[in-house]
Amino acid sequence: MLIYLRKRIISSALPLVVVIVGVFALARMTGNPASLYLPLNATQQMRDDFTARNGLDKPLLVQMADYFGGVLRLDFGQSLRTGQDAADMALRAFPATLQLAATTMVLAVLLALMVGCWAALKPNGVADRISSFVSMAAASIPDFWLAIVGIWVFAITLGWLPTSGVSGAGAWVLPIATLLLRPFGVLVQIVRGSMVSALSEPYIKLARSRGAGELRVVTHHALRNAAAPALTVAGDLTVGLVNGAVVVETIFGWPGIGKLMIDSILQRDFAVLHSAVLLTAVAIFALNILIDMGYALLDARVRPVTVKA
Amino acid sequence: MKTAAQTVLPEKSRVEKSRVQDVVLSVRDLAVDIRTYRGTVRAVNGVGFEARAGETLALLGESGCGKSMTAKALAGIMDPVCDLAGGEIILNGTDLAALTPKERLKFAGPELGIVFQDALAALNPVYTVGTQLAEAFRIHEGLSAKDAKMQAIDLMKRVGIPEPESRVNSYPHQFSGGMRQRILIAMAVALNPRLLIADEPTTALDVTVQAQIMQLLRKLREEGQMAVVLITHDLAVVAEEADSVAVMYAGNVVESGPVSQVFSDPRHPYTKGLLESVPVHLERGAHLKSIAGSPPDLHDIPTGCVYQSRCPLVQEICRAERPRLLPVNEHAADARTSVDDDAGSALSANNDSDARPPLPGRVAACHFSKELNNV
Repeated sequence: MLIYLRKRIISSALPLVVVIVGVFALARMTGNPASLYLPLNATQQMRDDFTARNGLDKPLLVQMADYFGGVLRLDFGQSLRTGQDAADMALRAFPATLQLAATTMVLAVLLALMVGCWAALKPNGVADRISSFVSMAAASIPDFWLAIVGIWVFAITLGWLPTSGVSGAGAWVLPIATLLLRPFGVLVQIVRGSMVSALSEPYIKLARSRGAGELRVVTHHALRNAAAPALTVAGDLTVGLVNGAVVVETIFGWPGIGKLMIDSILQRDFAVLHSAVLLTAVAIFALNILIDMGYALLDARVRPVTVKA
Repeated sequence: MKTAAQTVLPEKSRVEKSRVQDVVLSVRDLAVDIRTYRGTVRAVNGVGFEARAGETLALLGESGCGKSMTAKALAGIMDPVCDLAGGEIILNGTDLAALTPKERLKFAGPELGIVFQDALAALNPVYTVGTQLAEAFRIHEGLSAKDAKMQAIDLMKRVGIPEPESRVNSYPHQFSGGMRQRILIAMAVALNPRLLIADEPTTALDVTVQAQIMQLLRKLREEGQMAVVLITHDLAVVAEEADSVAVMYAGNVVESGPVSQVFSDPRHPYTKGLLESVPVHLERGAHLKSIAGSPPDLHDIPTGCVYQSRCPLVQEICRAERPRLLPVNEHAADARTSVDDDAGSALSANNDSDARPPLPGRVAACHFSKELNNV
């Protein structure tokens, strides 16, 4: 297992480098931060000083080499905005996003498992039709629209929930509901599909022939076989959540990594942007390793072969 | 072991009498419908047979004749698109067909076990074989995981799997085809059921393994005095393993009886055609015999005899009227042959069908079963 993990970590290093290079190049295209951080009537001398102080006058390749050199020394640079350590800012913002994404995903998976299994029990039955309609709608509603309508109805009109911020449990409701809908809709369809095919397998018939009742057949025999496709999609959706949190965090003022990214792009706060992207990328690689380990837990056929003595 | 071939006719009536008490499974007028987009079709139509303790009944027929559907109906594991449309499945005095699916679960395992053709597909890939073997004990006897595992190891020993103590923790894909089939059989006999349904248990295996598996089934049948319903399209397997046979065609039983009699003296043209297509005495280069044509589409079963489109004897009456499953001697009586007169000569291995006494348990559904020998 450790050998496998080491291999995976080494093999994910290259994609990480590519991500940084890409973000580095793209960020520089947004322009010189000097025009944002200095007063409008700043002299050319002041602009040049600012640029030189932050190393932005060097050729792009040199800047990039400097940055990578820093990364290897775990020096991720300072924020132009606050002067704080960029990596610290990213690490401080990340838990907020992670909490939001994890809570959303756990809820989405649990709900989708229940609704998906319920639908799969009788394909084309009433339950199946209802869940198909609901999940299709859930998967199709744009999150920004839902977020705005949610704020308008529940925060402004009814006044039940806060419009933004992180104070109290009520603040979690709208962001989670907004983020939850699409993964829930997609997952219901995946769970339903893989449950329908699992339930028609011969091993299900054989389990029934041993006297396994409906509940046991579904939860014990079919669900574990149907879990792998759901796990794949759930992993993919979690990645989408971490990234997609940008919109929801901006709308709800959630102090997470998405909001940090947007702010640092708007402020041309390059070091912070890089740290945030790098951290997100690392999280996604870690997530993928976790998903692969999940497959192995679920199904012995995909376990890495261990050499027996 | 007493094979059907060793059953001599004079002992027959006595044997028959003692057998009646041993009837484990009695199927009457079983009908199964399949709902399809083109409408409902009847895949099993009025099928009936009996299976006795310690004996093997073979359900013989080509693909799509309804034999597997019959097996699934017996075991209560039909596909969702299938409906039990009628009939009785009396297992040890209980009509399974009249029970709700939930009530039937009590019988699934302790009274009735089933073995499938494709053991790899029939075993759950994500659980160890030990877990799956233990499940029956967990469900029906409420054993703890540890005790059930001990039972699973015992079962694996019983079906001849080497090193059961370590293999019990292996997954189905880590076994060979023959071993998987043994595990499947072990699962079916775990709770010593009275009835074992074996749905083409050796079709997916190579010949040497086939023989071992059939031997294992025979051993278990004798140990547990189980009644075995063996579903197969293999005439050789029927001849070797079965005591009686029911030949199915297009969802109907067209002929049944003790194997020795049905095979030596088929009374339905389909049975006869099947037997003649076995290349026993053929020489190299000679044409293989086969039954021309294919079974009718279940959506479009003709009125009259189900076999009419392929039958060499077909007449007007075959197209108009479906022959009922009748004792074969009734055909003889129709032909104005006195059964009593010829009873004495019945044992003289006479091939003339008119010269036979009433044959217990022998039925065929053909208007012309007595003319068969002239074809």
